[in-house]
Amino acid sequence: MTTQVNPETTRPAAAAPPAVADRGPAPAGQPSTQTGAAARRRRRRLGPGRPIPFGGAVGPVLLLAAWSVGSATGVLDERTLSAPWTVVATTGDLIADGRLQESLAISTQRVGLGLFFGVLAGVLLALISGLSRWGEAIIDGPVQIKRAIPALALLPLLILWFGIDEQMKVTTIALGVFVPVYIHTHNGLRTIDSRYVELAEVLRLSPARFLRRVVLPGALPGFLLGLRFAVVNAWLSLVVVEQINSTSGIGYLMELARQYGQTDVIIVGLVLYGLLGLFSDGAVRIAQRRALSWRRTLAD
Amino acid sequence: MATYPGGLTASSAREARHGRPTRTPTDRSAPDAGPESPEPPVRVRGLTRRFGTRTVLADLDLDIADNEFVALLGRSGSGKSTLLRALAGLDHDVAGTGRVDVPDRLSVIFQDARLLPWQRVLDNVILGLSGPDAADQGRARLAEVGLAGRERAWPAELSGGEQQRVALARSLVSEPRLLLADEPFGALDALTRIRMHDLLRRLCQRHRPAVLLVTHDVDEAVTLADRVLVLDAGRITVETTIDLSTPRSPRDPEFQEYRERLLAALGVTHEGASR
Repeated sequence: MTTQVNPETTRPAAAAPPAVADRGPAPAGQPSTQTGAAARRRRRRLGPGRPIPFGGAVGPVLLLAAWSVGSATGVLDERTLSAPWTVVATTGDLIADGRLQESLAISTQRVGLGLFFGVLAGVLLALISGLSRWGEAIIDGPVQIKRAIPALALLPLLILWFGIDEQMKVTTIALGVFVPVYIHTHNGLRTIDSRYVELAEVLRLSPARFLRRVVLPGALPGFLLGLRFAVVNAWLSLVVVEQINSTSGIGYLMELARQYGQTDVIIVGLVLYGLLGLFSDGAVRIAQRRALSWRRTLAD
Repeated sequence: MATYPGGLTASSAREARHGRPTRTPTDRSAPDAGPESPEPPVRVRGLTRRFGTRTVLADLDLDIADNEFVALLGRSGSGKSTLLRALAGLDHDVAGTGRVDVPDRLSVIFQDARLLPWQRVLDNVILGLSGPDAADQGRARLAEVGLAGRERAWPAELSGGEQQRVALARSLVSEPRLLLADEPFGALDALTRIRMHDLLRRLCQRHRPAVLLVTHDVDEAVTLADRVLVLDAGRITVETTIDLSTPRSPRDPEFQEYRERLLAALGVTHEGASR
């Protein structure tokens, strides 16, 4: 499966072993009787134990309940945080007058274009620098420098260069996207097992075939990992560029709502951002699972 | 016939950089001699390989005839793998001299199956093959190694022995004139290894490549080879033609005689330690 590239899912797996490996307290020097005695004694369980069914939903549901109770009893002021039902009603209104769809479309378009150009640049540069020593000497240094500068710190310069219209927004997003794609694809290329290179030499593969059969599939896990970081970066950059001098998009909707004190609209925007992030990450994960299906063995 | 002057197909500039004296290259335009040609597929003359100050191969000569199965025995560090890599043209950065003539159609089986994990079994078999009938060729070779029906499996779904059988199919799919095997069964369990010996012998009888099998297993060498060489400190110290009919049994007294003699040549002098 894809656990190797998924930081969240590795954690529970790592926590399991201590419960089994707990042989310490048994008295030394009696190896023959040890197993019998150990079987009778109750072991203290050190691992976190069994997973709770739908455990992931418990926290959010509690939070939602607290929010509802707070709003219903008046503890939460409507001006601080709108009630959940108000947010739902506002969502309905925004859909009815078309503002939500419009904002969603323009925001998605920005992220889509930024991702497209960023991924393209990242993959091309990674291929050049991963496949030739000269390419690495020329490209890798500047990219590492760029990596040290937060993408959003370039915003003032980008506004001066491109103004405040779409070009600036897409460029900012693309700049945030290309770095993780480059880093992880380049790393994937560099860590391809040299034994496979040897095999390709013995089989006298042509450079094109070597690239297609060995290099690109070998770098694919790295690329997909980079893509997941890239998608997160894309939405992050979008939030920032849409709240600066923007006249459309989800961020603009929220910024406008801030000026009128409409917390319900702000929350709709937040939920939208969350859902978009969730869906796009899920999409990359599905792509990952499909593309890396060779990793799924009989073990899982 | 690919001739590696100095052991390499590299350009002379590259050889000069590695301090390797370039020999007069033999006539590269000579047509590839067919299997019936009197010229042996493998001809090694004066092969020397050094790692730093250590000489791993010292002025070594070796001929292998068509369809001959040669086993190369030696302790670890004796230079067996270095010789095999020199024949395979895989020693780019190794200093040395000598001439290596090997056929163009050669394939290598490594100790690990070395299958690309992201390619299905059939695609792994025909990795080095092109042409419209490549897939059919691959299927035929897979059937020969007993893996018909597993064409669409991923390598990770196969056992170690099955993976090595795929590697065997891959090495035979190009109909090589020379098969180089670097301890191909070293990582397998004893039972699987015996089955692989049978399989390899049958396949070699059918496809008739010249074989150089590098191994440290004396029984394996006596079971399979027409001729056994013992490599010690970079030189061939013992050369024995195994004059036994196939299939060979380790219980055969003559087999045991060969084994004892080869073990002695490898420096294993044990009385009563034999099974």
